[in-house]
Amino acid sequence: MYVAVKGGEKAIDAAHSWLAEERRGPLDVAELSIEQIKGQLKLAVNRVIAEGSLYDPDLAALAIKQARGDMIEAIFLIRAYRTTLPRFGGSEPLNTEDMACDRRVSATFKDAPGGQVLGPTFDYTHRLLDFKLAAEGEATHTPQSEGDANTKPHIMSFLDREGLIQPEPGGAECPPDLTREPLELPTNRPLRLQSLTRADEGFILGMAYSTQRGYARNHAFVAELRIGSCPVEMDIPELGFSIEIGEVELTECETVNQFQGSKTEPPQFTRGYGLVFGMSERKAISMALVDRALRWEELGEDNVGAPAQNEEFVLYHADNIQATGFLEHIKLPHYVDFQSELELIRKLRREATSCHRQQEAAE
Amino acid sequence: MDGSNAPNAARKAWLSVLAKAPAAHLADLWIKAGLDPAHDVLRAPEIGAVMVRGRAGAVGAPFNLGEMTITRCSVRLATGEVGHGHVQGRDKNHAKQAALTDALMQTSEAKAVEAQIITPLLKAAERRRATRAAKAAATKVDFFTMVRGED
Repeated sequence: MYVAVKGGEKAIDAAHSWLAEERRGPLDVAELSIEQIKGQLKLAVNRVIAEGSLYDPDLAALAIKQARGDMIEAIFLIRAYRTTLPRFGGSEPLNTEDMACDRRVSATFKDAPGGQVLGPTFDYTHRLLDFKLAAEGEATHTPQSEGDANTKPHIMSFLDREGLIQPEPGGAECPPDLTREPLELPTNRPLRLQSLTRADEGFILGMAYSTQRGYARNHAFVAELRIGSCPVEMDIPELGFSIEIGEVELTECETVNQFQGSKTEPPQFTRGYGLVFGMSERKAISMALVDRALRWEELGEDNVGAPAQNEEFVLYHADNIQATGFLEHIKLPHYVDFQSELELIRKLRREATSCHRQQEAAE
Repeated sequence: MDGSNAPNAARKAWLSVLAKAPAAHLADLWIKAGLDPAHDVLRAPEIGAVMVRGRAGAVGAPFNLGEMTITRCSVRLATGEVGHGHVQGRDKNHAKQAALTDALMQTSEAKAVEAQIITPLLKAAERRRATRAAKAAATKVDFFTMVRGED
Protein backbone atom coordinates (compact mmCIF):
# COMPACT_ATOMS: atom_id res chain seq x y z
CA MET A 1 0.00 0.00 0.00
CA TYR A 2 1.08 3.58 -0.42
CA VAL A 3 0.15 6.47 1.81
CA ALA A 4 -0.97 9.90 0.72
CA VAL A 5 1.60 12.49 1.63
CA LYS A 6 1.26 16.23 1.44
CA GLY A 7 3.81 18.51 -0.06
CA GLY A 8 5.65 18.50 -3.34
CA GLU A 9 3.06 20.53 -5.26
CA LYS A 10 5.64 23.05 -6.40
CA ALA A 11 8.02 20.30 -7.46
CA ILE A 12 5.22 18.56 -9.39
CA ASP A 13 4.23 21.78 -11.20
CA ALA A 14 7.85 22.42 -12.15
CA ALA A 15 8.24 18.81 -13.34
CA HIS A 16 5.18 19.11 -15.57
CA SER A 17 6.35 22.43 -17.02
CA TRP A 18 9.66 20.84 -17.85
CA LEU A 19 7.85 17.85 -19.36
CA ALA A 20 5.92 20.22 -21.66
CA GLU A 21 9.13 21.92 -22.72
CA GLU A 22 10.90 18.62 -23.37
CA ARG A 23 7.87 17.40 -25.31
CA ARG A 24 8.07 20.41 -27.59
CA GLY A 25 11.81 19.96 -28.16
CA PRO A 26 14.03 22.61 -29.75
CA LEU A 27 11.97 25.63 -30.82
CA ASP A 28 13.93 26.08 -34.04
CA VAL A 29 12.46 22.77 -35.24
CA ALA A 30 8.88 22.81 -36.55
CA GLU A 31 6.25 21.39 -34.21
CA LEU A 32 4.63 18.05 -35.13
CA SER A 33 1.00 18.35 -36.17
CA ILE A 34 -1.69 15.76 -35.53
CA GLU A 35 -2.09 15.45 -39.30
CA GLN A 36 1.62 14.66 -39.68
CA ILE A 37 1.51 11.97 -37.00
CA LYS A 38 -1.67 10.52 -38.50
CA GLY A 39 -0.31 10.53 -42.02
CA GLN A 40 3.36 9.71 -41.53
CA LEU A 41 3.45 7.57 -38.37
CA LYS A 42 0.34 5.65 -39.27
CA LEU A 43 1.43 2.32 -37.87
CA ALA A 44 2.12 3.90 -34.48
CA VAL A 45 -1.36 5.43 -34.64
CA ASN A 46 -2.73 1.99 -35.55
CA ARG A 47 -1.14 0.40 -32.50
CA VAL A 48 -2.63 3.03 -30.19
CA ILE A 49 -6.04 2.47 -31.80
CA ALA A 50 -5.84 -1.32 -31.42
CA GLU A 51 -4.55 -1.43 -27.85
CA GLY A 52 -6.39 1.69 -26.72
CA SER A 53 -9.42 -0.16 -28.13
CA LEU A 54 -10.93 2.98 -29.64
CA TYR A 55 -10.99 3.62 -33.37
CA ASP A 56 -10.31 7.33 -33.73
CA PRO A 57 -7.09 8.13 -35.63
CA ASP A 58 -7.12 11.83 -34.62
CA LEU A 59 -7.29 11.01 -30.93
CA ALA A 60 -4.62 8.31 -31.25
CA ALA A 61 -2.30 10.79 -33.00
CA LEU A 62 -2.95 13.38 -30.29
CA ALA A 63 -2.19 10.78 -27.62
CA ILE A 64 1.11 9.91 -29.31
CA LYS A 65 2.05 13.59 -29.40
CA GLN A 66 1.09 14.12 -25.76
CA ALA A 67 2.94 10.96 -24.68
CA ARG A 68 6.09 12.00 -26.57
CA GLY A 69 5.93 8.77 -28.57
CA ASP A 70 5.64 6.51 -25.51
CA MET A 71 3.15 4.01 -26.92
CA ILE A 72 1.87 2.57 -23.66
CA GLU A 73 1.40 6.07 -22.21
CA ALA A 74 -0.53 6.99 -25.38
CA ILE A 75 -2.67 3.85 -25.09
CA PHE A 76 -3.32 4.75 -21.45
CA LEU A 77 -4.57 8.20 -22.51
CA ILE A 78 -6.97 6.63 -25.00
CA ARG A 79 -8.25 4.05 -22.51
CA ALA A 80 -8.89 6.85 -20.02
CA TYR A 81 -10.69 8.96 -22.64
CA ARG A 82 -12.92 6.14 -23.83
CA THR A 83 -14.36 5.65 -20.37
CA THR A 84 -15.82 9.17 -20.63
CA LEU A 85 -17.85 8.37 -23.77
CA PRO A 86 -21.47 7.28 -23.58
CA ARG A 87 -21.98 3.95 -25.35
CA PHE A 88 -24.55 4.34 -28.15
CA GLY A 89 -24.73 0.63 -28.83
CA GLY A 90 -23.05 -2.26 -30.55
CA SER A 91 -22.50 -2.74 -34.26
CA GLU A 92 -23.64 -5.63 -36.37
CA PRO A 93 -20.77 -8.13 -36.56
CA LEU A 94 -18.38 -6.96 -39.29
CA ASN A 95 -18.59 -8.82 -42.53
CA THR A 96 -14.89 -9.03 -43.38
CA GLU A 97 -15.73 -10.72 -46.70
CA ASP A 98 -16.82 -7.19 -47.76
CA MET A 99 -13.40 -5.75 -46.96
CA ALA A 100 -11.88 -3.54 -49.65
CA CYS A 101 -8.48 -5.23 -49.52
CA ASP A 102 -5.25 -3.25 -49.77
CA ARG A 103 -3.38 -6.46 -49.11
CA ARG A 104 -4.35 -10.09 -49.22
CA VAL A 105 -1.96 -12.99 -49.18
CA SER A 106 -2.23 -16.70 -48.57
CA ALA A 107 0.62 -18.96 -47.52
CA THR A 108 -1.42 -22.06 -48.34
CA PHE A 109 -2.80 -21.56 -51.86
CA LYS A 110 -0.69 -19.96 -54.56
CA ASP A 111 -3.55 -19.61 -57.01
CA ALA A 112 -6.27 -18.54 -54.61
CA PRO A 113 -9.19 -16.81 -56.36
CA GLY A 114 -8.62 -13.09 -56.01
CA GLY A 115 -4.88 -13.59 -56.12
CA GLN A 116 -1.98 -12.64 -53.93
CA VAL A 117 -2.03 -8.88 -53.44
CA LEU A 118 1.01 -7.52 -51.62
CA GLY A 119 -0.19 -4.02 -50.75
CA PRO A 120 2.09 -1.46 -49.09
CA THR A 121 4.24 -4.05 -47.30
CA PHE A 122 7.68 -4.05 -45.64
CA ASP A 123 8.10 -7.63 -46.91
CA TYR A 124 10.83 -8.03 -49.54
CA THR A 125 12.44 -4.73 -48.57
CA HIS A 126 16.11 -5.16 -47.74
CA ARG A 127 15.93 -3.60 -44.31
CA LEU A 128 18.79 -1.28 -45.21
CA LEU A 129 18.52 2.23 -43.85
CA ASP A 130 17.35 4.57 -46.56
CA PHE A 131 19.36 7.75 -46.14
CA LYS A 132 17.33 9.48 -48.82
CA LEU A 133 14.48 9.68 -46.28
CA ALA A 134 16.70 11.75 -44.00
CA ALA A 135 17.34 14.23 -46.77
CA GLU A 136 14.20 14.60 -48.79
CA GLY A 137 10.59 13.54 -48.68
CA GLU A 138 9.41 13.67 -52.24
CA ALA A 139 6.28 11.87 -53.25
CA THR A 140 6.92 8.66 -55.09
CA HIS A 141 4.86 7.52 -58.01
CA THR A 142 2.72 4.51 -57.18
CA PRO A 143 1.85 2.33 -60.13
CA GLN A 144 -1.81 1.63 -60.67
CA SER A 145 -3.39 -1.00 -62.80
CA GLU A 146 -6.80 -2.10 -63.82
CA GLY A 147 -7.77 -5.11 -61.84
CA ASP A 148 -10.58 -7.08 -60.40
CA ALA A 149 -12.55 -5.69 -57.48
CA ASN A 150 -10.66 -5.47 -54.24
CA THR A 151 -13.24 -7.52 -52.38
CA LYS A 152 -12.01 -11.10 -52.20
CA PRO A 153 -13.59 -14.37 -51.07
CA HIS A 154 -12.28 -15.84 -47.83
CA ILE A 155 -9.82 -18.62 -48.59
CA MET A 156 -11.12 -20.57 -45.61
CA SER A 157 -14.50 -20.86 -47.37
CA PHE A 158 -12.90 -23.18 -49.96
CA LEU A 159 -11.72 -25.61 -47.26
CA ASP A 160 -15.09 -25.25 -45.61
CA ARG A 161 -16.84 -26.39 -48.79
CA GLU A 162 -14.85 -29.63 -48.75
CA GLY A 163 -15.62 -30.12 -45.06
CA LEU A 164 -11.91 -30.19 -44.27
CA ILE A 165 -12.02 -27.38 -41.78
CA GLN A 166 -13.71 -27.46 -38.42
CA PRO A 167 -16.93 -25.44 -38.68
CA GLU A 168 -17.25 -22.25 -36.65
CA PRO A 169 -20.04 -22.53 -34.11
CA GLY A 170 -22.33 -19.53 -33.70
CA GLY A 171 -22.69 -17.71 -30.43
CA ALA A 172 -24.62 -15.15 -28.44
CA GLU A 173 -25.71 -12.13 -30.46
CA CYS A 174 -24.56 -9.90 -27.62
CA PRO A 175 -21.11 -11.16 -26.66
CA PRO A 176 -19.57 -10.71 -23.21
CA ASP A 177 -17.72 -7.41 -22.81
CA LEU A 178 -14.67 -7.15 -20.59
CA THR A 179 -14.97 -3.37 -20.52
CA ARG A 180 -18.27 -3.80 -18.65
CA GLU A 181 -17.78 -6.99 -16.61
CA PRO A 182 -14.53 -8.06 -14.99
CA LEU A 183 -12.76 -10.88 -16.82
CA GLU A 184 -13.65 -14.07 -14.98
CA LEU A 185 -12.37 -17.58 -15.52
CA PRO A 186 -13.07 -19.84 -17.21
CA THR A 187 -13.66 -17.60 -20.21
CA ASN A 188 -15.11 -18.37 -23.62
CA ARG A 189 -13.77 -17.69 -27.09
CA PRO A 190 -15.55 -14.35 -27.70
CA LEU A 191 -14.14 -12.97 -24.44
CA ARG A 192 -10.66 -14.30 -25.24
CA LEU A 193 -10.74 -12.71 -28.68
CA GLN A 194 -11.74 -9.35 -27.20
CA SER A 195 -8.92 -9.59 -24.71
CA LEU A 196 -6.35 -10.65 -27.32
CA THR A 197 -7.20 -7.97 -29.86
CA ARG A 198 -6.55 -5.17 -27.32
CA ALA A 199 -3.61 -6.97 -25.71
CA ASP A 200 -0.02 -5.76 -25.77
CA GLU A 201 1.52 -6.57 -29.13
CA GLY A 202 4.87 -7.55 -27.63
CA PHE A 203 3.31 -9.89 -25.09
CA ILE A 204 1.09 -11.61 -27.67
CA LEU A 205 4.01 -11.88 -30.08
CA GLY A 206 6.10 -13.57 -27.38
CA MET A 207 3.28 -15.96 -26.52
CA ALA A 208 2.70 -16.80 -30.19
CA TYR A 209 6.42 -17.32 -30.73
CA SER A 210 6.53 -19.72 -27.78
CA THR A 211 3.91 -21.91 -29.50
CA GLN A 212 6.02 -22.01 -32.65
CA ARG A 213 9.06 -23.03 -30.65
CA GLY A 214 7.20 -25.98 -29.18
CA TYR A 215 5.43 -24.78 -26.01
CA ALA A 216 2.05 -26.16 -27.15
CA ARG A 217 2.16 -27.98 -30.42
CA ASN A 218 0.71 -25.51 -32.85
CA HIS A 219 2.05 -25.62 -36.36
CA ALA A 220 0.07 -22.91 -38.07
CA PHE A 221 -0.28 -22.06 -41.75
CA VAL A 222 -1.48 -18.59 -42.61
CA ALA A 223 -4.42 -19.48 -44.83
CA GLU A 224 -5.13 -15.83 -45.33
CA LEU A 225 -3.94 -12.46 -44.19
CA ARG A 226 -5.92 -9.46 -45.36
CA ILE A 227 -5.75 -5.75 -44.66
CA GLY A 228 -8.30 -3.23 -45.82
CA SER A 229 -11.31 -1.23 -44.82
CA CYS A 230 -14.70 -2.52 -43.89
CA PRO A 231 -17.99 -0.71 -43.32
CA VAL A 232 -19.46 -0.77 -39.81
CA GLU A 233 -23.20 -1.20 -39.72
CA MET A 234 -25.42 -0.47 -36.75
CA ASP A 235 -29.11 -0.62 -36.05
CA ILE A 236 -30.44 2.87 -35.32
CA PRO A 237 -33.53 2.67 -33.10
CA GLU A 238 -34.85 6.10 -34.21
CA LEU A 239 -34.81 4.91 -37.81
CA GLY A 240 -35.90 1.34 -37.29
CA PHE A 241 -33.24 0.03 -39.65
CA SER A 242 -29.49 -0.23 -39.80
CA ILE A 243 -27.08 2.13 -41.56
CA GLU A 244 -23.35 2.20 -42.10
CA ILE A 245 -22.00 4.49 -39.38
CA GLY A 246 -18.43 4.46 -40.59
CA GLU A 247 -15.57 2.49 -41.93
CA VAL A 248 -12.64 0.90 -40.11
CA GLU A 249 -9.31 -0.37 -41.34
CA LEU A 250 -8.64 -3.91 -40.18
CA THR A 251 -6.09 -6.67 -40.34
CA GLU A 252 -7.48 -10.19 -40.34
CA CYS A 253 -5.51 -13.41 -40.09
CA GLU A 254 -6.92 -16.88 -40.43
CA THR A 255 -4.67 -19.80 -39.66
CA VAL A 256 -5.16 -23.50 -40.32
CA ASN A 257 -3.68 -26.00 -37.94
CA GLN A 258 -3.64 -29.72 -38.37
CA PHE A 259 -5.78 -31.69 -35.99
CA GLN A 260 -5.57 -35.44 -35.58
CA GLY A 261 -9.18 -35.77 -34.55
CA SER A 262 -10.62 -36.79 -31.23
CA LYS A 263 -13.32 -39.15 -29.97
CA THR A 264 -15.99 -36.83 -31.33
CA GLU A 265 -14.26 -35.04 -34.21
CA PRO A 266 -12.84 -36.50 -37.45
CA PRO A 267 -9.30 -35.53 -38.51
CA GLN A 268 -9.56 -32.06 -39.97
CA PHE A 269 -8.00 -28.66 -39.97
CA THR A 270 -8.76 -26.30 -37.12
CA ARG A 271 -8.76 -22.53 -37.04
CA GLY A 272 -7.00 -19.75 -35.27
CA TYR A 273 -8.32 -16.25 -35.71
CA GLY A 274 -6.87 -12.79 -35.44
CA LEU A 275 -8.68 -9.52 -36.10
CA VAL A 276 -7.13 -6.20 -35.15
CA PHE A 277 -7.95 -2.54 -35.80
CA GLY A 278 -5.58 -0.90 -38.26
CA MET A 279 -2.72 -2.29 -40.28
CA SER A 280 -1.05 -4.61 -37.84
CA GLU A 281 -0.24 -8.00 -39.28
CA ARG A 282 2.34 -9.01 -36.67
CA LYS A 283 -0.36 -8.60 -34.05
CA ALA A 284 -3.06 -10.32 -36.12
CA ILE A 285 -0.90 -13.39 -36.81
CA SER A 286 0.16 -13.53 -33.16
CA MET A 287 -3.46 -13.29 -32.06
CA ALA A 288 -4.45 -16.18 -34.34
CA LEU A 289 -1.70 -18.43 -32.95
CA VAL A 290 -2.55 -17.65 -29.33
CA ASP A 291 -6.30 -18.04 -30.02
CA ARG A 292 -5.60 -21.50 -31.41
CA ALA A 293 -3.39 -22.52 -28.49
CA LEU A 294 -6.07 -21.45 -26.00
CA ARG A 295 -8.66 -23.67 -27.72
CA TRP A 296 -7.00 -26.91 -26.56
CA GLU A 297 -9.84 -27.84 -24.22
CA GLU A 298 -12.72 -27.32 -26.62
CA LEU A 299 -10.84 -29.34 -29.27
CA GLY A 300 -10.09 -32.17 -26.84
CA GLU A 301 -6.32 -31.72 -27.00
CA ASP A 302 -3.87 -32.39 -24.17
CA ASN A 303 -2.89 -29.59 -21.87
CA VAL A 304 0.88 -29.89 -22.05
CA GLY A 305 1.28 -27.15 -19.47
CA ALA A 306 2.51 -24.60 -21.99
CA PRO A 307 2.12 -20.94 -20.99
CA ALA A 308 0.14 -20.16 -24.17
CA GLN A 309 -2.45 -22.81 -23.23
CA ASN A 310 -3.05 -21.22 -19.83
CA GLU A 311 -5.82 -18.66 -20.25
CA GLU A 312 -5.30 -17.26 -16.79
CA PHE A 313 -1.64 -16.66 -17.52
CA VAL A 314 -2.23 -15.22 -20.99
CA LEU A 315 -5.32 -13.09 -20.39
CA TYR A 316 -4.36 -11.76 -16.96
CA HIS A 317 -0.98 -10.55 -18.16
CA ALA A 318 -1.73 -9.42 -21.70
CA ASP A 319 -3.15 -5.99 -20.95
CA ASN A 320 -0.35 -3.45 -20.92
CA ILE A 321 -2.38 -0.81 -19.08
CA GLN A 322 -3.21 -3.14 -16.19
CA ALA A 323 0.36 -4.37 -16.17
CA THR A 324 1.96 -0.94 -16.29
CA GLY A 325 -0.41 0.40 -13.65
CA PHE A 326 0.58 -2.26 -11.16
CA LEU A 327 4.22 -2.30 -12.15
CA GLU A 328 4.75 1.44 -12.07
CA HIS A 329 2.87 2.04 -8.83
CA ILE A 330 5.85 0.62 -6.95
CA LYS A 331 7.79 3.77 -7.74
CA LEU A 332 5.24 5.87 -5.81
CA PRO A 333 5.91 6.63 -2.15
CA HIS A 334 5.84 3.48 -0.02
CA TYR A 335 7.51 5.20 2.91
CA VAL A 336 5.37 3.64 5.64
CA ASP A 337 5.51 0.15 4.11
CA PHE A 338 9.22 0.40 3.83
CA GLN A 339 9.55 1.81 7.35
CA SER A 340 7.88 -1.31 8.72
CA GLU A 341 10.14 -3.55 6.62
CA LEU A 342 13.11 -1.65 7.96
CA GLU A 343 11.88 -2.13 11.53
CA LEU A 344 11.37 -5.82 10.90
CA ILE A 345 14.80 -6.44 9.43
CA ARG A 346 16.47 -4.53 12.29
CA LYS A 347 14.51 -6.61 14.81
CA LEU A 348 15.47 -9.88 13.09
CA ARG A 349 19.11 -8.84 13.03
CA ARG A 350 18.99 -7.92 16.74
CA GLU A 351 17.45 -11.27 17.57
CA ALA A 352 19.97 -13.13 15.43
CA THR A 353 22.86 -11.31 17.07
CA SER A 354 21.63 -11.85 20.61
CA CYS A 355 20.91 -15.51 19.85
CA HIS A 356 24.46 -15.88 18.55
CA ARG A 357 25.87 -14.26 21.68
CA GLN A 358 23.82 -16.58 23.89
CA GLN A 359 25.17 -19.59 22.02
CA GLU A 360 28.73 -18.31 22.38
CA ALA A 361 28.17 -17.73 26.08
CA ALA A 362 26.80 -21.26 26.47
CA GLU A 363 29.84 -22.74 24.80
CA MET B 1 -29.84 6.17 -55.33
CA ASP B 2 -30.06 2.50 -54.54
CA GLY B 3 -31.75 0.17 -56.99
CA SER B 4 -32.83 -2.13 -54.19
CA ASN B 5 -36.51 -2.40 -53.40
CA ALA B 6 -36.06 -2.97 -49.69
CA PRO B 7 -37.98 -0.43 -47.65
CA ASN B 8 -35.83 2.49 -46.58
CA ALA B 9 -33.06 1.35 -48.94
CA ALA B 10 -32.61 4.82 -50.42
CA ARG B 11 -32.53 6.50 -47.02
CA LYS B 12 -30.14 3.89 -45.68
CA ALA B 13 -27.85 4.53 -48.63
CA TRP B 14 -27.69 8.32 -48.21
CA LEU B 15 -27.27 8.07 -44.43
CA SER B 16 -24.37 5.66 -44.96
CA VAL B 17 -22.74 8.05 -47.45
CA LEU B 18 -23.11 10.95 -44.99
CA ALA B 19 -21.69 8.89 -42.08
CA LYS B 20 -18.53 7.90 -43.92
CA ALA B 21 -17.86 11.21 -45.70
CA PRO B 22 -14.98 13.39 -44.54
CA ALA B 23 -16.50 16.16 -42.39
CA ALA B 24 -14.62 18.87 -44.29
CA HIS B 25 -15.99 17.71 -47.64
CA LEU B 26 -19.59 17.78 -46.42
CA ALA B 27 -19.05 21.22 -44.85
CA ASP B 28 -17.62 22.48 -48.12
CA LEU B 29 -20.55 21.16 -50.19
CA TRP B 30 -23.00 22.55 -47.66
CA ILE B 31 -21.56 26.05 -48.08
CA LYS B 32 -21.48 25.75 -51.86
CA ALA B 33 -25.11 24.66 -51.95
CA GLY B 34 -26.05 27.65 -49.78
CA LEU B 35 -28.45 25.55 -47.72
CA ASP B 36 -29.84 27.11 -44.57
CA PRO B 37 -33.21 25.54 -43.75
CA ALA B 38 -35.14 26.71 -40.70
CA HIS B 39 -35.09 23.94 -38.11
CA ASP B 40 -35.27 22.95 -34.44
CA VAL B 41 -32.58 20.80 -32.89
CA LEU B 42 -34.27 17.76 -31.33
CA ARG B 43 -31.04 16.27 -30.06
CA ALA B 44 -27.97 18.44 -29.93
CA PRO B 45 -24.86 16.82 -31.44
CA GLU B 46 -23.56 14.24 -28.98
CA ILE B 47 -20.25 12.36 -29.11
CA GLY B 48 -20.23 8.72 -28.06
CA ALA B 49 -18.84 5.30 -28.76
CA VAL B 50 -20.14 2.23 -30.55
CA MET B 51 -18.76 -1.20 -29.76
CA VAL B 52 -17.64 -2.71 -33.06
CA ARG B 53 -18.12 -6.46 -33.25
CA GLY B 54 -16.37 -9.11 -35.27
CA ARG B 55 -16.97 -12.83 -35.64
CA ALA B 56 -14.67 -15.65 -34.50
CA GLY B 57 -13.14 -17.13 -37.64
CA ALA B 58 -14.90 -14.38 -39.67
CA VAL B 59 -18.15 -16.40 -39.70
CA GLY B 60 -18.68 -17.69 -36.15
CA ALA B 61 -19.62 -16.31 -32.76
CA PRO B 62 -19.72 -12.50 -32.42
CA PHE B 63 -17.09 -10.88 -30.20
CA ASN B 64 -16.33 -7.31 -29.17
CA LEU B 65 -13.45 -5.96 -31.21
CA GLY B 66 -13.23 -2.45 -29.77
CA GLU B 67 -15.06 0.84 -29.87
CA MET B 68 -15.21 3.60 -32.44
CA THR B 69 -16.23 7.21 -31.94
CA ILE B 70 -19.43 8.48 -33.51
CA THR B 71 -21.45 11.67 -33.22
CA ARG B 72 -25.22 11.82 -33.51
CA CYS B 73 -27.72 14.62 -33.91
CA SER B 74 -31.43 14.96 -34.68
CA VAL B 75 -33.26 17.93 -36.18
CA ARG B 76 -36.77 18.86 -37.30
CA LEU B 77 -37.27 21.22 -40.19
CA ALA B 78 -39.83 24.02 -39.92
CA THR B 79 -41.77 22.02 -42.51
CA GLY B 80 -41.90 19.02 -40.12
CA GLU B 81 -39.42 16.51 -41.54
CA VAL B 82 -37.19 14.87 -38.94
CA GLY B 83 -33.58 14.11 -39.84
CA HIS B 84 -31.09 11.91 -37.99
CA GLY B 85 -27.33 12.14 -38.43
CA HIS B 86 -24.95 9.42 -37.18
CA VAL B 87 -21.42 10.05 -38.37
CA GLN B 88 -18.01 8.56 -37.70
CA GLY B 89 -15.68 10.62 -35.53
CA ARG B 90 -16.23 13.57 -33.21
CA ASP B 91 -17.21 16.44 -35.50
CA LYS B 92 -20.45 17.96 -34.19
CA ASN B 93 -20.96 20.07 -37.28
CA HIS B 94 -20.66 16.93 -39.41
CA ALA B 95 -23.43 15.23 -37.41
CA LYS B 96 -25.71 18.26 -37.63
CA GLN B 97 -25.20 18.72 -41.36
CA ALA B 98 -25.84 15.00 -41.86
CA ALA B 99 -29.11 15.30 -39.89
CA LEU B 100 -30.19 18.39 -41.86
CA THR B 101 -29.32 16.67 -45.14
CA ASP B 102 -31.33 13.62 -44.08
CA ALA B 103 -34.31 15.87 -43.34
CA LEU B 104 -33.99 17.80 -46.61
CA MET B 105 -33.81 14.52 -48.53
CA GLN B 106 -37.38 13.85 -47.33
CA THR B 107 -38.67 17.13 -48.74
CA SER B 108 -39.54 18.26 -52.25
CA GLU B 109 -35.96 19.61 -52.49
CA ALA B 110 -34.58 16.07 -52.39
CA LYS B 111 -33.47 16.02 -56.03
CA ALA B 112 -31.41 19.21 -55.67
CA VAL B 113 -29.92 18.13 -52.34
CA GLU B 114 -29.01 14.78 -53.78
CA ALA B 115 -27.24 16.42 -56.70
CA GLN B 116 -25.45 19.01 -54.57
CA ILE B 117 -24.52 16.92 -51.52
CA ILE B 118 -25.05 13.17 -51.77
CA THR B 119 -23.83 12.52 -55.30
CA PRO B 120 -20.53 14.44 -54.91
CA LEU B 121 -19.85 12.63 -51.60
CA LEU B 122 -20.64 9.28 -53.17
CA LYS B 123 -18.45 10.00 -56.18
CA ALA B 124 -15.53 11.09 -53.99
CA ALA B 125 -15.86 7.89 -51.95
CA GLU B 126 -15.93 5.82 -55.12
CA ARG B 127 -12.83 7.62 -56.44
CA ARG B 128 -10.94 7.01 -53.19
CA ARG B 129 -11.88 3.38 -53.28
CA ALA B 130 -11.05 2.95 -56.98
CA THR B 131 -7.62 4.54 -56.50
CA ARG B 132 -6.76 2.19 -53.65
CA ALA B 133 -8.07 -0.77 -55.64
CA ALA B 134 -5.90 0.21 -58.62
CA LYS B 135 -2.81 0.54 -56.41
CA ALA B 136 -3.59 -2.84 -54.83
CA ALA B 137 -4.08 -4.41 -58.26
CA ALA B 138 -0.60 -3.21 -59.29
CA THR B 139 0.84 -5.24 -56.38
CA LYS B 140 -0.92 -8.44 -57.41
CA VAL B 141 1.59 -11.22 -57.97
CA ASP B 142 1.78 -12.85 -61.40
CA PHE B 143 3.29 -16.27 -60.91
CA PHE B 144 5.18 -17.93 -63.67
CA THR B 145 6.47 -21.46 -63.39
CA MET B 146 10.09 -22.16 -64.21
CA VAL B 147 10.80 -25.24 -66.32
CA ARG B 148 11.28 -28.06 -63.89
CA GLY B 149 13.86 -30.79 -64.20
CA GLU B 150 12.35 -34.21 -64.78
CA ASP B 151 14.65 -36.32 -62.62
